[in-house]
Amino acid sequence: MQNQPMKTLPPKTFSTATSPHLLGFKNTSWIMRQVLLALIPGGMAMLYLFGGGVLINLILAISAAIAAESLVLYLRSKPIIATLSDLSAIVTAILLALALPPTLPWWLTIIGVSFAIIIAKQLYGGLGYNLFNPAMVGYAFLLISYPAEMTFWIPPWMLNSHPIDIAGTFKLTFTGVLPTGLDIDAISAATPLENMHNGLSMRNMVEEIRDGRAWGLFGEQGWEWPNFAYAGGGIWLLYQRIITWHIPVSILGTMFLVCGIFYLLDPQVSPLPTFHLFSGATMLGAFFIATDPVTASTTPRGQLIYGSSIGLLIFIIRTWGGYPDAVAFSVLLLNTAVPLIDRYTQPRVFGTHILDDDI
Amino acid sequence: MYISQPDGSQRRLWNFHGGLRLSEHKELSSTKPVSKLPIPERLILPLQQHIGTPSQPLVQAGERVYAGQTLANPQGDVSATLHAPTSGTILAVTEHAILHPSGLTAPCIILKPDGCHTWSPNLPPPITDFHTHDPNVILARIKWAGVVGLGGAAFPSNVKLQTNTHTKIHTLILNGVECEPYITCDDALMRTYPNRILQGAQILLHILGANHCLIGIEDNKPQAIAALYNVIQQYQLSQIQIVKIPTIYPSGGEKQLIKILTGLEVPSQGLPSMLGIMCHNVGTAAAIADAVVLGLPLISRITTVTGRGVNNPHNVELLIGTPITTAITHAGGYTDSAHRLIVGGPMMGFTAPDDSAPITKGTNCLLVTSPQETPNPPPASPCIRCGQCAQVCPANLLPQQLYWYCRSQNLQQVQAHNLFDCIECGCCSYVCPASIPLVQYYRATKSILREQTVAKRKAEQARLRHTARQSRMQRLEQERQQRLQQRKLPQTLPNATNGQVDPKQAAIAAAMHRVAAKKQQHAIQPRNTDNLSPNQQQQIQAAQIRRHQLNAESTHEDVTP
Repeated sequence: MQNQPMKTLPPKTFSTATSPHLLGFKNTSWIMRQVLLALIPGGMAMLYLFGGGVLINLILAISAAIAAESLVLYLRSKPIIATLSDLSAIVTAILLALALPPTLPWWLTIIGVSFAIIIAKQLYGGLGYNLFNPAMVGYAFLLISYPAEMTFWIPPWMLNSHPIDIAGTFKLTFTGVLPTGLDIDAISAATPLENMHNGLSMRNMVEEIRDGRAWGLFGEQGWEWPNFAYAGGGIWLLYQRIITWHIPVSILGTMFLVCGIFYLLDPQVSPLPTFHLFSGATMLGAFFIATDPVTASTTPRGQLIYGSSIGLLIFIIRTWGGYPDAVAFSVLLLNTAVPLIDRYTQPRVFGTHILDDDI
Repeated sequence: MYISQPDGSQRRLWNFHGGLRLSEHKELSSTKPVSKLPIPERLILPLQQHIGTPSQPLVQAGERVYAGQTLANPQGDVSATLHAPTSGTILAVTEHAILHPSGLTAPCIILKPDGCHTWSPNLPPPITDFHTHDPNVILARIKWAGVVGLGGAAFPSNVKLQTNTHTKIHTLILNGVECEPYITCDDALMRTYPNRILQGAQILLHILGANHCLIGIEDNKPQAIAALYNVIQQYQLSQIQIVKIPTIYPSGGEKQLIKILTGLEVPSQGLPSMLGIMCHNVGTAAAIADAVVLGLPLISRITTVTGRGVNNPHNVELLIGTPITTAITHAGGYTDSAHRLIVGGPMMGFTAPDDSAPITKGTNCLLVTSPQETPNPPPASPCIRCGQCAQVCPANLLPQQLYWYCRSQNLQQVQAHNLFDCIECGCCSYVCPASIPLVQYYRATKSILREQTVAKRKAEQARLRHTARQSRMQRLEQERQQRLQQRKLPQTLPNATNGQVDPKQAAIAAAMHRVAAKKQQHAIQPRNTDNLSPNQQQQIQAAQIRRHQLNAESTHEDVTP
């Protein structure tokens, strides 16, 4: 080998980045997938109790959500596939669909979901920027605009003397035509909360209202099952650390406490606290609706205030308000208070407000 | 919580909020003994390897220097001495690439080693009986040795030890936590040289007059704990205690470690000395021991060269100023998957754009990662306020709120949410499901706030200057008016006493006089008329005559119609 003059190599170059250089595994779509997973038991329970109508609602709602979101993203010149793949629109659609009556006319489902996605979410700037829970905005919009349709519930199958098959449900949803030989009163039934609400306002005793109805563990038979299932899904979310205990515990705890006080004062006119906890949308609201991170309080103390206020409002509206259930309104009302709550509930920062004795 | 300690006792420890359990990857480098790098062909010594002002060079190109000879002296209060890591010839004092996030160059001394490593004959004598010496003598020695914090921040140690506070330091804490993944240089040091560290601890205790010393070490370093514990047992060092702490990032942060060990929180924006506590890195303690007991300056350190981007990750004792390329070559060179060059750990370290810079006193780790280890983050998606960041924040901040306020430049709320208590540990960015570079937002906003503070101070100074000038001008004007008045008085007085002139008329005349004087003062003065040639002066005179004639004519015209 010949002697060559020593060459100085040019320095090896690298890509630069800012710290931290390690990445966690979680992303937004993973979180939404966990929420969808956690909704499976509740969805299955609804499907089992109320039949194919729930499935029709889900399919309609998901399709409408994807269509509405794509449309707005197209108009806003935003990436469509990338945004849809965060699955937030589908979560909104499913949450709303599970809250709707199983035989709701198809166009109402579509209007409600479109309103939720377009008005409540995208017009505010899309995911992360909306002030109000989109699913609950959609629900409240439908409930106020179409109260009759929105309170038309068929009973769960075990209480249903005139079950409708899937073809009948399909016909009812898309054409509004009832199965032959049946009228509205025959196939519809008041929900347990409506029963309680109407019964108490007619000055009946709780015992009288309960009389003659099939009761399960805590509430009316059938109706309480989705609540168990949602609570189970919620525990999965807690286990996966998607949500913290603060909001569900404060909602359920406050409801239990306030109902408990009224029950102790007069059990004749106040149902057991467990009735409220396992009726209506309590568990869905406590674990899935109120915990929507975008619209909920984000500080631990703030979440306790937010949750207890929701719990209190649910009880107040259910007991003295005009609507039998109140999850949507309570959550929406508290959504407006979130910026205020967050500002005044900042946790104690490390090294601040130390007691003088500590130093 | 209670953790069983190496001496078998249960010790109460405290938690800090948040934190992360990270994959450690420490086995890459910790399983091999510390190797020593042969003297490289060239050493590049930046004049600023520490926090503070750059050192003042004492040598010139062409000069021959001994190992340990002082090359640059500290400048100002916060600065450090720089020594020749080995004997050789100074090639230049010039700009060279340094290890800095900016990738900019800085003044460096370039040394060509002669390979002999001849020690300087002027090294100070060893101080073995440091107990009998005044702490100030020891401090002077530490200053001479150029010891800085070797945990990464590189703050001059003598300055830290002299920090004036109202509280006396009662507890010395040595930080052997090393909580960042991949880094094992402190682990290697503790396993290999426990005596040096403990000697350093005793010297530090003597300087501070402190009662006891705690050495915090994460429980993922059992060998280091055992090594130090054995020496403590052997020499019956009752003042010094090893404390095994749980492995959780970032327990190596100074404030976090103090909380874990003592349950006390360093006040926001404050210093540990307010609690009577001082923290030093174990590496710093060893360097202080070398300086005092051996009389050697800080010329080398143990650095971890690791990651899947190098073939033979290991810990190596390097001379300060060793080029990165030499260190990497010694570690088997780059693998094909070398992707990023990180200085420091993967959570808080910064990337270097290339490998042309040298190792400095604070370089604890060179991490060359593969794309699998440090993937490029996906594009940031909107914040959904999930609060994962707040759950892991060791300062108990609300990163999600800070993020909004940083983006909207709501600096008031940013400060109300204690941005300056952020230690930039990176936990929030790590867990963020929207992969928002949160720490980057906080750094940027912090610098905006710092700039604003400086600008505010300058504006305040300018305001004071302006008001001072205004009052001075006012005073001068008043004085001038007084002088004018005094000059006028003798002229007007006789007239007034005669009674021939109406006082009103006199006042008008005086006013006219003042106006005329003012007019004259304000009249345009010709400029640059000092050095005129006679020819130019003639021209000017001619022009003035013409102007006067013209003026006379124009006034005439004005009058006639």
